[in-house]
Amino acid sequence: MIRFTNAFKAYPRGSLALKDASFHVGRGEFVFLTGHSGAGKSTVLKLIYAEEFPTSGEVRVAGVVTSELRRREVPRLRRRLGVVFQDFRLLEDRTAEENVAFALEVTGARRGTIAPKVMRVLAQVGLAAKAQAYPRELSGGEQQRVAIARALVNDPHVLLADEPTGNLDERAARGVVQLLRDINANGTAVVMATHNLELVRQAPYRVLELQDGAIVYDSAVDEVRSNVGGQRGGTVT
Amino acid sequence: MSLTIRETLLAFRRAPLLSVLSMTTIAFALFVVGLFGLVALNLRTALADIEERVEVVAYLIRGTPVEISTMALGDIQAFPEVASVQYVSEDDALERARRQLVEFQGVFQDLETNPLPASLEIRLKPGFRDEDHVRQVADRLRGFRFVEDIRYGREWIAKLDRLRDIGAAVGLAIGIAFALASVIIIGTTIRMGVLHRSREIAIMRLVGATDGFIRRPFLLEGALKGAVGGAAAMGLNYAAYLAVDRTLFDSVFFSRAEAGLIVLFGTALGFLASAQSVRRHLARV
Repeated sequence: MIRFTNAFKAYPRGSLALKDASFHVGRGEFVFLTGHSGAGKSTVLKLIYAEEFPTSGEVRVAGVVTSELRRREVPRLRRRLGVVFQDFRLLEDRTAEENVAFALEVTGARRGTIAPKVMRVLAQVGLAAKAQAYPRELSGGEQQRVAIARALVNDPHVLLADEPTGNLDERAARGVVQLLRDINANGTAVVMATHNLELVRQAPYRVLELQDGAIVYDSAVDEVRSNVGGQRGGTVT
Repeated sequence: MSLTIRETLLAFRRAPLLSVLSMTTIAFALFVVGLFGLVALNLRTALADIEERVEVVAYLIRGTPVEISTMALGDIQAFPEVASVQYVSEDDALERARRQLVEFQGVFQDLETNPLPASLEIRLKPGFRDEDHVRQVADRLRGFRFVEDIRYGREWIAKLDRLRDIGAAVGLAIGIAFALASVIIIGTTIRMGVLHRSREIAIMRLVGATDGFIRRPFLLEGALKGAVGGAAAMGLNYAAYLAVDRTLFDSVFFSRAEAGLIVLFGTALGFLASAQSVRRHLARV
Protein backbone atom coordinates (compact mmCIF):
# COMPACT_ATOMS: atom_id res chain seq x y z
CA MET A 1 0.00 0.00 0.00
CA ILE A 2 2.71 2.46 1.06
CA ARG A 3 6.38 1.77 0.63
CA PHE A 4 9.29 4.06 1.48
CA THR A 5 12.65 2.93 0.09
CA ASN A 6 15.74 4.79 1.28
CA ALA A 7 13.77 8.02 1.15
CA PHE A 8 15.51 11.28 1.95
CA LYS A 9 13.86 14.66 2.12
CA ALA A 10 15.76 17.92 2.35
CA TYR A 11 13.93 21.25 2.33
CA PRO A 12 15.58 24.21 0.65
CA ARG A 13 17.80 26.04 3.15
CA GLY A 14 16.82 23.53 5.81
CA SER A 15 18.24 20.46 7.36
CA LEU A 16 17.36 16.92 6.36
CA ALA A 17 13.74 16.33 7.32
CA LEU A 18 13.87 12.64 6.50
CA LYS A 19 16.93 10.41 6.42
CA ASP A 20 17.06 7.11 4.64
CA ALA A 21 13.57 6.00 5.59
CA SER A 22 12.51 2.53 4.52
CA PHE A 23 9.27 0.93 5.63
CA HIS A 24 6.11 -0.62 4.29
CA VAL A 25 2.51 -0.14 5.36
CA GLY A 26 0.26 -2.96 4.24
CA ARG A 27 -3.37 -2.96 3.19
CA GLY A 28 -5.69 -2.49 6.17
CA GLU A 29 -2.84 -1.84 8.60
CA PHE A 30 -2.93 0.75 11.44
CA VAL A 31 0.36 2.52 12.08
CA PHE A 32 1.26 5.19 14.61
CA LEU A 33 3.99 7.61 13.61
CA THR A 34 5.52 8.99 16.77
CA GLY A 35 8.33 11.33 17.66
CA HIS A 36 8.91 14.81 18.99
CA SER A 37 7.94 17.97 17.13
CA GLY A 38 10.16 18.35 14.09
CA ALA A 39 11.07 14.66 14.07
CA GLY A 40 9.69 14.28 10.55
CA LYS A 41 6.20 12.85 11.12
CA SER A 42 4.43 15.45 9.00
CA THR A 43 7.08 15.12 6.31
CA VAL A 44 6.35 11.39 6.05
CA LEU A 45 2.65 12.14 5.63
CA LYS A 46 3.30 14.90 3.08
CA LEU A 47 5.43 12.50 1.09
CA ILE A 48 2.55 10.03 1.10
CA TYR A 49 -0.10 12.47 -0.13
CA ALA A 50 2.36 13.95 -2.63
CA GLU A 51 2.49 17.40 -1.11
CA GLU A 52 6.24 16.87 -1.06
CA PHE A 53 8.47 14.54 -3.03
CA PRO A 54 11.58 12.71 -1.85
CA THR A 55 14.91 14.34 -2.60
CA SER A 56 16.26 10.87 -3.19
CA GLY A 57 14.98 7.36 -2.72
CA GLU A 58 11.44 6.32 -3.54
CA VAL A 59 7.95 6.66 -2.10
CA ARG A 60 5.37 4.33 -3.58
CA VAL A 61 1.69 4.80 -2.74
CA ALA A 62 -1.06 2.52 -4.09
CA GLY A 63 1.37 1.24 -6.68
CA VAL A 64 2.40 4.71 -7.85
CA VAL A 65 5.89 6.17 -7.44
CA THR A 66 5.00 9.69 -6.31
CA SER A 67 8.06 11.39 -7.79
CA GLU A 68 7.04 10.05 -11.21
CA LEU A 69 3.62 11.64 -10.97
CA ARG A 70 2.86 14.55 -13.20
CA ARG A 71 1.25 17.53 -11.46
CA ARG A 72 -2.15 16.82 -12.98
CA GLU A 73 -2.01 13.22 -11.76
CA VAL A 74 -1.60 14.18 -8.09
CA PRO A 75 -5.33 14.90 -7.53
CA ARG A 76 -6.18 11.39 -8.69
CA LEU A 77 -3.83 9.94 -6.05
CA ARG A 78 -5.26 12.20 -3.35
CA ARG A 79 -8.78 11.00 -4.07
CA ARG A 80 -7.60 7.53 -3.07
CA LEU A 81 -6.32 8.89 0.24
CA GLY A 82 -8.04 10.71 3.06
CA VAL A 83 -6.16 13.29 5.10
CA VAL A 84 -7.08 14.89 8.42
CA PHE A 85 -5.17 17.51 10.37
CA GLN A 86 -4.85 18.88 13.84
CA ASP A 87 -6.55 22.14 12.78
CA PHE A 88 -9.40 20.33 10.98
CA ARG A 89 -9.15 22.53 7.85
CA LEU A 90 -12.86 22.89 7.32
CA LEU A 91 -14.44 25.59 5.19
CA GLU A 92 -15.97 27.88 7.79
CA ASP A 93 -18.80 29.17 5.64
CA ARG A 94 -20.14 25.73 4.74
CA THR A 95 -22.16 23.35 6.82
CA ALA A 96 -20.80 19.98 7.91
CA GLU A 97 -22.75 18.38 5.08
CA GLU A 98 -21.41 20.86 2.51
CA ASN A 99 -17.85 20.40 3.73
CA VAL A 100 -18.11 16.66 3.20
CA ALA A 101 -20.00 16.99 -0.09
CA PHE A 102 -17.28 19.31 -1.36
CA ALA A 103 -14.77 16.44 -1.40
CA LEU A 104 -17.10 14.53 -3.69
CA GLU A 105 -17.97 17.49 -5.88
CA VAL A 106 -14.34 18.15 -6.76
CA THR A 107 -14.10 14.62 -8.12
CA GLY A 108 -16.97 15.31 -10.48
CA ALA A 109 -19.32 12.88 -8.72
CA ARG A 110 -22.88 12.86 -10.04
CA ARG A 111 -25.13 15.14 -8.02
CA GLY A 112 -27.66 12.44 -7.22
CA THR A 113 -25.06 10.23 -5.59
CA ILE A 114 -23.58 12.91 -3.35
CA ALA A 115 -26.25 13.47 -0.68
CA PRO A 116 -26.78 9.80 0.30
CA LYS A 117 -23.05 9.19 0.45
CA VAL A 118 -22.49 12.27 2.61
CA MET A 119 -25.23 11.29 5.02
CA ARG A 120 -23.82 7.79 5.24
CA VAL A 121 -20.35 8.96 6.30
CA LEU A 122 -21.76 11.61 8.63
CA ALA A 123 -23.76 8.84 10.28
CA GLN A 124 -20.62 6.73 10.41
CA VAL A 125 -18.80 9.44 12.39
CA GLY A 126 -21.86 10.04 14.57
CA LEU A 127 -22.78 13.46 13.24
CA ALA A 128 -25.87 12.81 11.13
CA ALA A 129 -27.90 15.04 13.44
CA LYS A 130 -25.51 17.96 12.96
CA ALA A 131 -25.27 17.88 9.18
CA GLN A 132 -26.59 21.44 8.89
CA ALA A 133 -24.29 22.88 11.56
CA TYR A 134 -21.44 25.22 10.62
CA PRO A 135 -17.97 24.42 11.97
CA ARG A 136 -18.19 27.29 14.49
CA GLU A 137 -21.28 25.66 15.95
CA LEU A 138 -19.44 22.39 16.57
CA SER A 139 -17.02 21.34 19.31
CA GLY A 140 -13.42 20.53 18.41
CA GLY A 141 -14.12 16.81 18.53
CA GLU A 142 -17.14 17.23 16.28
CA GLN A 143 -15.18 19.34 13.81
CA GLN A 144 -12.54 16.64 13.65
CA ARG A 145 -15.27 14.08 12.97
CA VAL A 146 -16.50 16.22 10.06
CA ALA A 147 -12.93 16.31 8.77
CA ILE A 148 -12.73 12.52 9.11
CA ALA A 149 -16.07 12.16 7.31
CA ARG A 150 -14.71 14.32 4.50
CA ALA A 151 -11.61 12.14 4.33
CA LEU A 152 -13.75 9.01 4.22
CA VAL A 153 -16.36 10.03 1.70
CA ASN A 154 -14.26 8.99 -1.30
CA ASP A 155 -13.72 5.49 0.18
CA PRO A 156 -9.95 5.93 0.52
CA HIS A 157 -7.48 3.08 0.69
CA VAL A 158 -5.53 4.92 3.36
CA LEU A 159 -6.50 7.51 5.94
CA LEU A 160 -3.65 9.82 6.94
CA ALA A 161 -4.07 11.68 10.20
CA ASP A 162 -1.60 14.38 11.21
CA GLU A 163 -1.93 14.93 14.99
CA PRO A 164 -5.73 14.60 14.76
CA THR A 165 -6.11 14.79 18.53
CA GLY A 166 -3.68 17.66 19.06
CA ASN A 167 -6.41 20.26 19.58
CA LEU A 168 -8.80 18.04 21.50
CA ASP A 169 -9.41 17.30 25.16
CA GLU A 170 -8.71 13.80 26.35
CA ARG A 171 -12.26 12.51 25.99
CA ALA A 172 -12.69 13.88 22.48
CA ALA A 173 -9.23 12.54 21.59
CA ARG A 174 -10.16 9.07 22.72
CA GLY A 175 -13.38 9.29 20.72
CA VAL A 176 -11.48 10.27 17.57
CA VAL A 177 -8.96 7.45 18.01
CA GLN A 178 -11.82 5.00 18.54
CA LEU A 179 -13.40 6.27 15.34
CA LEU A 180 -10.12 5.75 13.46
CA ARG A 181 -9.93 2.23 14.89
CA ASP A 182 -13.47 1.51 13.67
CA ILE A 183 -12.58 2.83 10.24
CA ASN A 184 -9.51 0.61 10.24
CA ALA A 185 -11.61 -2.35 11.29
CA ASN A 186 -13.64 -1.82 8.11
CA GLY A 187 -10.50 -2.33 6.06
CA THR A 188 -9.06 1.15 5.56
CA ALA A 189 -5.37 1.48 6.38
CA VAL A 190 -4.67 4.28 8.87
CA VAL A 191 -1.40 6.15 9.37
CA MET A 192 -1.66 8.47 12.36
CA ALA A 193 1.05 10.87 13.41
CA THR A 194 0.92 11.73 17.09
CA HIS A 195 3.10 12.61 20.03
CA ASN A 196 0.41 11.55 22.48
CA LEU A 197 2.05 8.40 23.81
CA GLU A 198 -0.88 7.64 26.06
CA LEU A 199 -3.07 7.09 23.01
CA VAL A 200 -0.39 4.92 21.42
CA ARG A 201 -0.12 2.78 24.52
CA GLN A 202 -3.86 2.15 24.55
CA ALA A 203 -3.98 0.71 21.03
CA PRO A 204 -2.27 -2.50 19.98
CA TYR A 205 -0.95 -1.20 16.69
CA ARG A 206 2.36 -0.91 14.95
CA VAL A 207 4.52 2.04 15.95
CA LEU A 208 7.10 3.84 13.79
CA GLU A 209 9.21 6.25 15.79
CA LEU A 210 11.07 9.11 14.16
CA GLN A 211 13.94 11.08 15.61
CA ASP A 212 15.60 13.92 13.70
CA GLY A 213 14.22 12.57 10.44
CA ALA A 214 15.40 9.00 10.95
CA ILE A 215 13.25 6.01 11.78
CA VAL A 216 14.70 4.81 15.04
CA TYR A 217 12.09 2.24 15.88
CA ASP A 218 9.60 0.09 14.01
CA SER A 219 7.60 -2.15 16.32
CA ALA A 220 6.98 -4.59 13.47
CA VAL A 221 10.74 -5.16 13.27
CA ASP A 222 12.01 -4.33 16.72
CA GLU A 223 9.27 -5.74 18.90
CA VAL A 224 11.43 -8.44 20.35
CA ARG A 225 14.19 -6.01 21.18
CA SER A 226 11.65 -3.60 22.65
CA ASN A 227 10.23 -6.25 24.90
CA VAL A 228 13.60 -7.04 26.36
CA GLY A 229 13.82 -3.28 27.17
CA GLY A 230 16.21 -0.36 27.03
CA GLN A 231 16.73 -0.21 23.27
CA ARG A 232 14.40 2.76 22.48
CA GLY A 233 14.90 4.95 25.52
CA GLY A 234 11.34 4.08 26.60
CA THR A 235 9.54 6.55 24.31
CA VAL A 236 6.91 4.07 23.28
CA THR A 237 5.97 1.14 25.43
CA MET B 1 -20.50 24.24 -14.93
CA SER B 2 -23.27 24.87 -12.40
CA LEU B 3 -20.77 24.04 -9.66
CA THR B 4 -18.41 26.67 -11.06
CA ILE B 5 -21.20 29.26 -11.04
CA ARG B 6 -22.23 28.29 -7.50
CA GLU B 7 -18.63 28.56 -6.26
CA THR B 8 -18.25 31.92 -7.99
CA LEU B 9 -21.40 33.34 -6.42
CA LEU B 10 -20.33 31.90 -3.09
CA ALA B 11 -17.03 33.73 -3.42
CA PHE B 12 -18.90 37.04 -3.80
CA ARG B 13 -21.07 36.22 -0.79
CA ARG B 14 -18.12 35.05 1.27
CA ALA B 15 -16.12 38.23 0.91
CA PRO B 16 -18.60 40.93 -0.14
CA LEU B 17 -16.41 43.83 0.97
CA LEU B 18 -13.38 42.57 -0.91
CA SER B 19 -15.51 41.88 -3.98
CA VAL B 20 -17.00 45.38 -3.93
CA LEU B 21 -13.53 46.82 -3.36
CA SER B 22 -12.17 44.87 -6.34
CA MET B 23 -14.99 46.00 -8.60
CA THR B 24 -14.65 49.61 -7.45
CA THR B 25 -10.91 49.55 -8.09
CA ILE B 26 -11.45 48.04 -11.53
CA ALA B 27 -14.19 50.61 -12.23
CA PHE B 28 -11.94 53.54 -11.33
CA ALA B 29 -8.94 52.14 -13.20
CA LEU B 30 -11.06 51.71 -16.33
CA PHE B 31 -12.77 55.07 -15.72
CA VAL B 32 -9.39 56.77 -16.05
CA VAL B 33 -8.64 54.77 -19.21
CA GLY B 34 -12.10 55.68 -20.52
CA LEU B 35 -11.61 59.37 -19.67
CA PHE B 36 -8.42 59.38 -21.60
CA GLY B 37 -10.21 57.63 -24.45
CA LEU B 38 -12.89 60.35 -24.39
CA VAL B 39 -10.27 63.11 -24.53
CA ALA B 40 -8.56 61.33 -27.44
CA LEU B 41 -11.89 60.82 -29.20
CA ASN B 42 -12.92 64.44 -28.86
CA LEU B 43 -9.50 65.64 -29.95
CA ARG B 44 -9.72 63.41 -33.00
CA THR B 45 -13.20 64.72 -33.81
CA ALA B 46 -12.00 68.31 -33.47
CA LEU B 47 -9.02 67.59 -35.72
CA ALA B 48 -11.28 65.92 -38.25
CA ASP B 49 -13.44 69.07 -38.35
CA ILE B 50 -10.36 71.16 -39.07
CA GLU B 51 -9.07 68.65 -41.61
CA GLU B 52 -12.30 68.94 -43.55
CA ARG B 53 -11.33 72.48 -44.35
CA VAL B 54 -8.22 71.33 -46.19
CA GLU B 55 -8.83 72.47 -49.74
CA VAL B 56 -6.80 72.95 -52.90
CA VAL B 57 -7.86 75.89 -55.07
CA ALA B 58 -6.69 76.03 -58.68
CA TYR B 59 -7.09 79.49 -60.19
CA LEU B 60 -7.73 79.42 -63.91
CA ILE B 61 -6.20 81.62 -66.59
CA ARG B 62 -8.58 84.37 -67.41
CA GLY B 63 -10.63 83.58 -70.47
CA THR B 64 -10.50 79.82 -70.08
CA PRO B 65 -13.68 78.53 -71.73
CA VAL B 66 -16.17 77.05 -69.28
CA GLU B 67 -16.44 73.89 -71.41
CA ILE B 68 -12.73 73.15 -70.94
CA SER B 69 -12.90 73.69 -67.19
CA THR B 70 -15.98 71.50 -66.98
CA MET B 71 -14.27 68.74 -68.92
CA ALA B 72 -11.28 68.91 -66.54
CA LEU B 73 -13.64 68.42 -63.60
CA GLY B 74 -14.13 64.77 -64.58
CA ASP B 75 -10.37 64.15 -64.81
CA ILE B 76 -9.72 65.76 -61.43
CA GLN B 77 -12.61 63.94 -59.82
CA ALA B 78 -10.90 60.70 -60.92
CA PHE B 79 -7.80 61.47 -58.79
CA PRO B 80 -7.75 58.87 -55.98
CA GLU B 81 -7.25 61.61 -53.36
CA VAL B 82 -10.13 63.78 -54.49
CA ALA B 83 -13.50 63.75 -52.75
CA SER B 84 -15.15 66.59 -54.69
CA VAL B 85 -14.37 69.31 -57.25
CA GLN B 86 -16.37 72.45 -57.65
CA TYR B 87 -16.11 74.95 -60.48
CA VAL B 88 -16.40 78.56 -59.30
CA SER B 89 -16.88 80.99 -62.17
CA GLU B 90 -15.57 84.56 -62.11
CA ASP B 91 -19.06 85.86 -61.37
CA ASP B 92 -19.60 83.35 -58.60
CA ALA B 93 -16.28 84.37 -57.09
CA LEU B 94 -17.25 88.02 -57.09
CA GLU B 95 -20.67 87.27 -55.67
CA ARG B 96 -19.09 85.27 -52.88
CA ALA B 97 -16.56 87.99 -52.13
CA ARG B 98 -19.35 90.53 -51.85
CA ARG B 99 -21.20 88.32 -49.47
CA GLN B 100 -18.27 87.37 -47.31
CA LEU B 101 -16.32 90.63 -47.28
CA VAL B 102 -19.07 93.04 -46.33
CA GLU B 103 -16.64 95.74 -45.20
CA PHE B 104 -15.28 96.03 -48.77
CA GLN B 105 -18.72 96.30 -50.32
CA GLY B 106 -18.01 99.83 -51.55
CA VAL B 107 -14.88 98.70 -53.36
CA PHE B 108 -16.72 95.90 -55.13
CA GLN B 109 -19.46 98.25 -56.21
CA ASP B 110 -16.99 100.62 -57.93
CA LEU B 111 -15.41 97.87 -60.00
CA GLU B 112 -15.72 98.20 -63.73
CA THR B 113 -14.37 94.76 -64.48
CA ASN B 114 -14.35 91.62 -62.30
CA PRO B 115 -10.75 91.12 -61.08
CA LEU B 116 -11.41 87.67 -59.62
CA PRO B 117 -10.44 84.60 -61.64
CA ALA B 118 -12.52 81.46 -62.05
CA SER B 119 -11.29 78.54 -59.95
CA LEU B 120 -11.63 74.88 -59.19
CA GLU B 121 -12.11 74.07 -55.48
CA ILE B 122 -10.95 70.60 -54.65
CA ARG B 123 -11.69 68.79 -51.40
CA LEU B 124 -9.76 65.68 -50.48
CA LYS B 125 -10.84 62.38 -49.03
CA PRO B 126 -10.05 61.62 -45.35
CA GLY B 127 -6.58 60.11 -45.07
CA PHE B 128 -5.28 62.30 -47.93
CA ARG B 129 -5.51 65.61 -46.12
CA ASP B 130 -1.83 65.78 -45.20
CA GLU B 131 0.91 67.92 -46.67
CA ASP B 132 2.40 65.25 -48.96
CA HIS B 133 -0.86 64.27 -50.60
CA VAL B 134 -1.99 67.86 -50.97
CA ARG B 135 1.32 68.70 -52.66
CA GLN B 136 0.98 65.75 -55.02
CA VAL B 137 -2.51 66.86 -56.05
CA ALA B 138 -1.30 70.43 -56.50
CA ASP B 139 1.60 69.26 -58.71
CA ARG B 140 -0.74 67.26 -60.87
CA LEU B 141 -3.10 70.25 -61.22
CA ARG B 142 -0.20 72.37 -62.42
CA GLY B 143 -0.06 70.07 -65.42
CA PHE B 144 -3.31 71.55 -66.74
CA ARG B 145 -2.44 74.33 -69.15
CA PHE B 146 -5.33 76.53 -68.06
CA VAL B 147 -4.29 76.57 -64.41
CA GLU B 148 -2.51 79.76 -63.48
CA ASP B 149 -1.92 79.41 -59.79
CA ILE B 150 -2.56 76.98 -56.94
CA ARG B 151 -3.20 77.75 -53.29
CA TYR B 152 -3.57 75.30 -50.45
CA GLY B 153 -2.32 76.93 -47.26
CA ARG B 154 0.91 74.96 -47.15
CA GLU B 155 2.14 76.13 -43.77
CA TRP B 156 -1.24 75.66 -42.19
CA ILE B 157 -1.43 72.06 -43.42
CA ALA B 158 2.12 71.38 -42.22
CA LYS B 159 1.11 72.61 -38.75
CA LEU B 160 -2.00 70.47 -38.83
CA ASP B 161 0.16 67.48 -39.75
CA ARG B 162 2.47 68.14 -36.83
CA LEU B 163 -0.46 68.53 -34.46
CA ARG B 164 -1.87 65.25 -35.68
CA ASP B 165 1.47 63.44 -35.24
CA ILE B 166 2.01 64.84 -31.75
CA GLY B 167 -1.56 64.00 -30.81
CA ALA B 168 -1.16 60.42 -32.02
CA ALA B 169 2.21 59.91 -30.28
CA VAL B 170 1.11 61.45 -26.97
CA GLY B 171 -2.18 59.59 -27.19
CA LEU B 172 -0.48 56.28 -27.78
CA ALA B 173 2.06 56.80 -24.97
CA ILE B 174 -0.47 57.99 -22.38
CA GLY B 175 -3.00 55.40 -23.51
CA ILE B 176 -0.51 52.57 -23.08
CA ALA B 177 0.62 53.99 -19.71
CA PHE B 178 -2.98 54.21 -18.44
CA ALA B 179 -3.82 50.76 -19.77
CA LEU B 180 -0.70 49.30 -18.13
CA ALA B 181 -1.48 51.03 -14.85
CA SER B 182 -5.00 49.62 -14.94
CA VAL B 183 -3.62 46.15 -15.71
CA ILE B 184 -1.34 46.37 -12.66
CA ILE B 185 -4.07 47.75 -10.39
CA ILE B 186 -6.60 45.17 -11.50
CA GLY B 187 -4.00 42.38 -11.27
CA THR B 188 -3.14 43.38 -7.71
CA THR B 189 -6.78 43.60 -6.70
CA ILE B 190 -7.56 40.17 -8.08
CA ARG B 191 -4.42 38.79 -6.44
CA MET B 192 -5.69 40.01 -3.08
CA GLY B 193 -8.83 37.98 -3.66
CA VAL B 194 -6.81 34.88 -4.50
CA LEU B 195 -4.62 35.27 -1.42
CA HIS B 196 -7.72 35.81 0.69
CA ARG B 197 -8.85 32.37 -0.40
CA SER B 198 -5.51 30.57 -0.20
CA ARG B 199 -6.74 28.43 2.70
CA GLU B 200 -9.71 27.32 0.66
CA ILE B 201 -7.44 26.55 -2.30
CA ALA B 202 -5.23 24.44 -0.03
CA ILE B 203 -8.27 22.48 1.17
CA MET B 204 -9.51 21.99 -2.38
CA ARG B 205 -6.14 20.59 -3.40
CA LEU B 206 -6.07 18.36 -0.37
CA VAL B 207 -9.33 16.67 -1.24
CA GLY B 208 -8.15 16.01 -4.79
CA ALA B 209 -9.38 18.99 -6.79
CA THR B 210 -7.57 19.43 -10.08
CA ASP B 211 -5.93 22.75 -10.90
CA GLY B 212 -8.57 23.27 -13.57
CA PHE B 213 -11.38 22.77 -11.07
CA ILE B 214 -9.78 25.24 -8.66
CA ARG B 215 -9.08 27.75 -11.40
CA ARG B 216 -12.53 27.87 -13.03
CA PRO B 217 -14.49 29.78 -10.34
CA PHE B 218 -11.62 32.28 -10.04
CA LEU B 219 -11.63 32.91 -13.79
CA LEU B 220 -15.38 33.41 -13.86
CA GLU B 221 -15.14 35.64 -10.79
CA GLY B 222 -12.37 37.71 -12.38
CA ALA B 223 -14.30 38.08 -15.63
CA LEU B 224 -17.47 39.08 -13.76
CA LYS B 225 -15.62 41.62 -11.64
CA GLY B 226 -14.02 43.01 -14.79
CA ALA B 227 -17.37 43.21 -16.57
CA VAL B 228 -19.15 44.90 -13.66
CA GLY B 229 -16.17 47.22 -13.14
CA GLY B 230 -16.09 48.00 -16.87
CA ALA B 231 -19.81 48.74 -16.98
CA ALA B 232 -19.52 50.98 -13.90
CA ALA B 233 -16.56 52.75 -15.53
CA MET B 234 -18.69 53.40 -18.62
CA GLY B 235 -21.41 54.85 -16.40
CA LEU B 236 -18.87 57.19 -14.78
CA ASN B 237 -17.49 58.13 -18.18
CA TYR B 238 -20.97 58.93 -19.43
CA ALA B 239 -21.61 61.13 -16.39
CA ALA B 240 -18.30 62.92 -17.04
CA TYR B 241 -19.22 63.38 -20.71
CA LEU B 242 -22.66 64.81 -19.83
CA ALA B 243 -21.10 67.22 -17.35
CA VAL B 244 -18.62 68.52 -19.93
CA ASP B 245 -21.14 68.57 -22.77
CA ARG B 246 -23.68 70.57 -20.78
CA THR B 247 -21.40 72.99 -19.00
CA LEU B 248 -18.20 73.45 -21.02
CA PHE B 249 -18.41 72.60 -24.70
CA ASP B 250 -20.06 70.28 -27.20
CA SER B 251 -18.40 66.91 -27.08
CA VAL B 252 -18.91 63.39 -28.32
CA PHE B 253 -19.24 60.09 -26.45
CA PHE B 254 -18.13 56.59 -27.44
CA SER B 255 -20.22 54.68 -29.91
CA ARG B 256 -22.00 51.62 -28.52
CA ALA B 257 -19.33 49.41 -30.06
CA GLU B 258 -16.52 51.43 -28.47
CA ALA B 259 -18.22 51.42 -25.06
CA GLY B 260 -18.77 47.68 -25.41
CA LEU B 261 -15.12 47.27 -26.26
CA ILE B 262 -14.05 48.98 -23.02
CA VAL B 263 -16.39 46.74 -20.99
CA LEU B 264 -14.97 43.77 -22.89
CA PHE B 265 -11.46 45.04 -22.13
CA GLY B 266 -12.36 45.07 -18.41
CA THR B 267 -13.81 41.58 -18.66
CA ALA B 268 -10.73 40.25 -20.43
CA LEU B 269 -8.47 42.02 -17.98
CA GLY B 270 -10.30 40.53 -14.98
CA PHE B 271 -10.18 37.11 -16.58
CA LEU B 272 -6.48 37.30 -17.47
CA ALA B 273 -5.48 38.81 -14.12
CA SER B 274 -7.30 35.97 -12.36
CA ALA B 275 -5.70 33.38 -14.61
CA GLN B 276 -2.27 34.80 -13.89
CA SER B 277 -2.83 35.12 -10.12
CA VAL B 278 -4.23 31.63 -9.69
CA ARG B 279 -1.56 30.16 -11.94
CA ARG B 280 1.16 31.80 -9.87
CA HIS B 281 -0.50 30.80 -6.63
CA LEU B 282 -0.97 27.19 -7.70
CA ALA B 283 2.62 27.00 -8.92
CA ARG B 284 3.80 27.96 -5.46
CA VAL B 285 1.63 25.58 -3.44
